[in-house]
Formats: sequence, C-alpha cells, structure tokens
Amino acid sequence: MSEYIEHDKDANSVGIVEKKSYTFAEPPMEMVLESGAKLGPVTLAYETCGTLNASRSNAILVLHALSGDSHVAGYYKAEDDKPGWWDNMVGPGKGIDTNKYFVVCSNVIGGCMGSTGPCTINPKTVLPYGLDFPVVTIGDMVDAQKALMDHLGIKKLLAVVGGSIGGMQVLEWCTRYPQMVTAAIPLASTTRHSALTIAFNEVARQAIMADPKWNNGEYYFGPKPDLGLAVARMIGHITYLSDESMRHKFGRRLQDKSDFSFNFDADFQVESYLRYQGKKFVERFDANSFLYLTKAADYYDLEIQHGNGSEVHAFSKTNAKFLVVSFTSDWLYPTYQSRSMVKAMKKNGLDVSFCEIEAKWGHDAFLLSNERLFALIRGFLERVYRESQK
Amino acid sequence: MRFDLQIIASWIEPGSRVLDLGCGEGDLLKFLIHQKGATGTGIEHNESKVTQCIEKGLSVLQGDINEEVLDYPENNFDYVILSQTLQQVYEPDTLIRAMLRIGKKGIVSFPNFSHWGCRLQLLLSGYAPVTKQLPYAWYNTPNIRVITIKDFRKFIRDVGFNILKGVAINTHSENRYGNIIAVLPNLRATYGIFLIGNGT
Repeated sequence: MSEYIEHDKDANSVGIVEKKSYTFAEPPMEMVLESGAKLGPVTLAYETCGTLNASRSNAILVLHALSGDSHVAGYYKAEDDKPGWWDNMVGPGKGIDTNKYFVVCSNVIGGCMGSTGPCTINPKTVLPYGLDFPVVTIGDMVDAQKALMDHLGIKKLLAVVGGSIGGMQVLEWCTRYPQMVTAAIPLASTTRHSALTIAFNEVARQAIMADPKWNNGEYYFGPKPDLGLAVARMIGHITYLSDESMRHKFGRRLQDKSDFSFNFDADFQVESYLRYQGKKFVERFDANSFLYLTKAADYYDLEIQHGNGSEVHAFSKTNAKFLVVSFTSDWLYPTYQSRSMVKAMKKNGLDVSFCEIEAKWGHDAFLLSNERLFALIRGFLERVYRESQK
Repeated sequence: MRFDLQIIASWIEPGSRVLDLGCGEGDLLKFLIHQKGATGTGIEHNESKVTQCIEKGLSVLQGDINEEVLDYPENNFDYVILSQTLQQVYEPDTLIRAMLRIGKKGIVSFPNFSHWGCRLQLLLSGYAPVTKQLPYAWYNTPNIRVITIKDFRKFIRDVGFNILKGVAINTHSENRYGNIIAVLPNLRATYGIFLIGNGT
C-alpha cells in the first residue's frame, strides 16, 4: 500500500504514458451507488499501456490500492524522477508484459488523483464535495470501472490484478461481473478486513478528524489537515511493514546523530522515516479521500454482500481462474485470509493456484521487486491467455 | 520423465481431471495436460517448486496434501495421484479415504521396502537399510512408513477399497528407464504402483 516505494529508472519501461479521463453518469442519468445515493457526473482518470489486439482479448485491468493511482507504469515526461507505482511489474518483458497485453489502470472513485472524489467540485454547489460526497463502496468502484471498460469497448478482461484494496476490487469484479473476467490475481488481499486492520484504519481516520484544520472536511479553501493526514500515513506505514523488516531496515539506529537529543526531535531512524513518509504523503493525497477509501475497504465483506454470510456461496458466483498470492510476514492481510478464500474456491471446483511467498517485507512485499512474484504472474497469465485463445 | 511416472501416465484416460498430490516440479501434470488433454491441479508444499509449476503454466496450490484434499467436492477428479509420498504420510488410511472421496480412482506409488537389497542389508549388516530408493539414515528420513508391496495390498483391503491394477517395477528414483517385474515382485521390485478404487 505504500506505492512509490523504491523505484529506480529502468531501461525496460513502457516509456511515456498519458493520463486520460472518462466522464459518464451525467445528470439526470447519475450512477446509483450501493448506499442508494446518486453520484454524477463521474470522472475516472485512467492510463493504458500496450496495445489492444484485434480480437480485444488481451486486456488486463490493474486495480490500485489505497494510495495508488492510474499511473501504474512508465513516465509522464522524460524528466520524471519516478515511474508509475508498479513499474517493476508492468512493462515490456515484465511480469505483466506490455508487449503482449493491453494494460488499463484507473484511479478509483472517491480518490483524489483525477477521479471524482470528495475534493472534486459538486456541480450542485459549485464547491468541493467534502463530506457531501456520498460514501462509496468497493462495489461502486468496480461499477465505475465497468463503465470505463464499456467505454473502451472491452467486453471481456483477460485478467483483473491487484493487491490489498486492489485485491478486494479483483474479488468484487469476479463476483459482480463473472462473465467479463477470465482470470483473476488477488495479491496480499482478503474478502473482509480483520478487526486488527479496521482498528488501524480507525486510528488513522481519527488522526485526521482530530486535526482542527480538518474542519469537518471543509478545508479546501484554507489550511489542510496535514498533521492529521501525516499521522494517518505514519500508522499506515507501520502496518505495511513487519517486525522483521523494521528491525532490518532501522533497528534502534539513530538518525544523523550518535547520542539521544534528550528532546522530542526524531532521534531514531524509524521516527525520521515515518515523519518523512507522512510529510511526503500530504503533498499528494487528500485527507477526505483517505477517510472515504479506508471506510470503503472496512465495509467490504464479500461473504455478506455476495454469499449470505458464506464465503463458499460467494465464490459460487465466480468462474474466473484464480492465482492467489500471500506473503509470510504480512500481518495486515495475513496468509490465513488468502487460504480461506482458496478453500472456498476449491469447494466450488474453481481453477485456483496459490502460493505463499516467503518475504520479510510485510504487506509492502507485493509492490517490491520480487523474481518469484514476477514468475508466478508471468506464467499464470501466459497460461490463461493461451487457454483463452483456444 | 521418470519411469514410474510414465507408467502412471499410461493408465490415465485422455481428457481426465487429475489431482497430483505432492506434484514436485510438475513433470507428470505437464505431460498429462499436453499429451493426454487432461485438466490437472497439483498440490505441493515447497514454495520454490510451486513457483516453478505455476511458471510452467500449471494450476498448483501450495499446501499440505493431508489438509488440501479435504476442500474439494466429491468426485471432483477422475484420478487422484499420490506418487512416492505414501511412505511420508502420517495417517495413510485417512489420506487414502480422502483421495477416493474427491476422486473416482486413486493411483499410489511407493518404494518397496521388501526388495532383496533391503532384506540383505538388514540380514547381513544388522543396520537399518539405506538404498538408492530410500537413501536416508533412520534418524533423518522423511520416510516414516515402511511399506512393502504385500503390505499395501493388505492395507487397501483393510481400508475397504479395491486394487484395480497393480504393477511392480525395477528402476532408480530419478531414472527414465526401468522394467516391469512379473515374477516375485515383492522381492525383486524397487517400486509398486497401484490403481485403486471402489469398484473392481
């Protein structure tokens, strides 16, 4: 979930990409959300890489996690310091090979990276929505993406791929539009958040809402709740790592000093890291979006929404081929949650592959460069593509 | 492909649905899919082998075979294969029953502990036998079950199933070549391979 972690310039890149947008659900034809509320017009920011083949059978939809966006790979301009958030996976000859596949990635609704969210202008008031923005769900995000697929003329997706909250969207795609999904790859994901994950999200939300500058979500014309959002991000970063990775990365090492300062400056490297991550995040992310997106993820419950409380029943609605991947040190979306969905898929006789990758980097592992993950995704996609061409 | 796997493959009807328990690097599954038009799934404990399988385009789950067999619907497969793993299973009867619940037929192969080589070693040296098929010392072997071809036939009767087909072979563990032993198999064969099921 900490997209933009450590990406260096890579000779093997999709190159220059362009952020596009698609607007639909113009009033009075608004989108009806799961809550019953209406939203329109709806804009989705999206990017594509690779080429859609003549039979339109090589499209892969990549779904980003909490803080990601449509910029999955490549650069907007040659001078950019950093490529898209999954540039190590998406590109020519990479795990998701853009020489073979047409990759689409859109920013979710409720987000703040070009799609309609709490920071966009409400046409009724001509002011930013703020808390007037309706609460959106994972299902609503998927419905909006479906509209984008219709717009792009894609009737069937070769694969839907995503990690974390992106993985929830993968599962939702498979249950909501089973006829459109040939294969699915939920990475480091779950059908429903654990109490632990909801608890961390709640503390993060409270940090934002306790910041006086948050002002009930109305801060777009004044100072922003940067402190609250930075703390929220710091909490997030702790949950994306693991005890082992933090020991490895920071230990008790001090930052640019040999002794304690005996005040409340950042003495430890881990403190300095978290402060830096928090500070960086507020430059690019909207606090209200953080509230909306974490809430959508906390509300998500595939069992309840699609299976009357039964995970097995929920997966009976799907017919995709699955590749499920978890990581040993991920305590935010632990392996037992992936195993549980695999079990439900098996009980339905679905074609499912599963691998738990040994990794010490916690939840973040799915975003990091990992040969084993590349091999799994590359091999799985090649097979499902071959089988889909028969 | 290993000689014992070639025999297993020859028993499988084209177009079958197959589950390979302990599928290793997926050689048998790959052969069955490409040569026999089978649809197959494998279960393998080792992460690196699982990755190699999925990379080859196989559908494979990482997990413990004893647990993973429990989650499939009844008769989900035409064949459930347990190749050279029975001797490492803690509860063989539970596993065999689970195999024949989720599959119509089972195929089981194992190293034959009553091969004359084993017998001679024990008789002459007095040490627990160490052979090419069972290359471990008693204290580090994963092979916790000592099975002979005779034992297996009796075991299958005891758990209430039938042997539909059986062959004893002489081959080395990783060898592509071998021969079928018709005379005195319990004494002369290094491996036994059996097709088991409810019918006759």
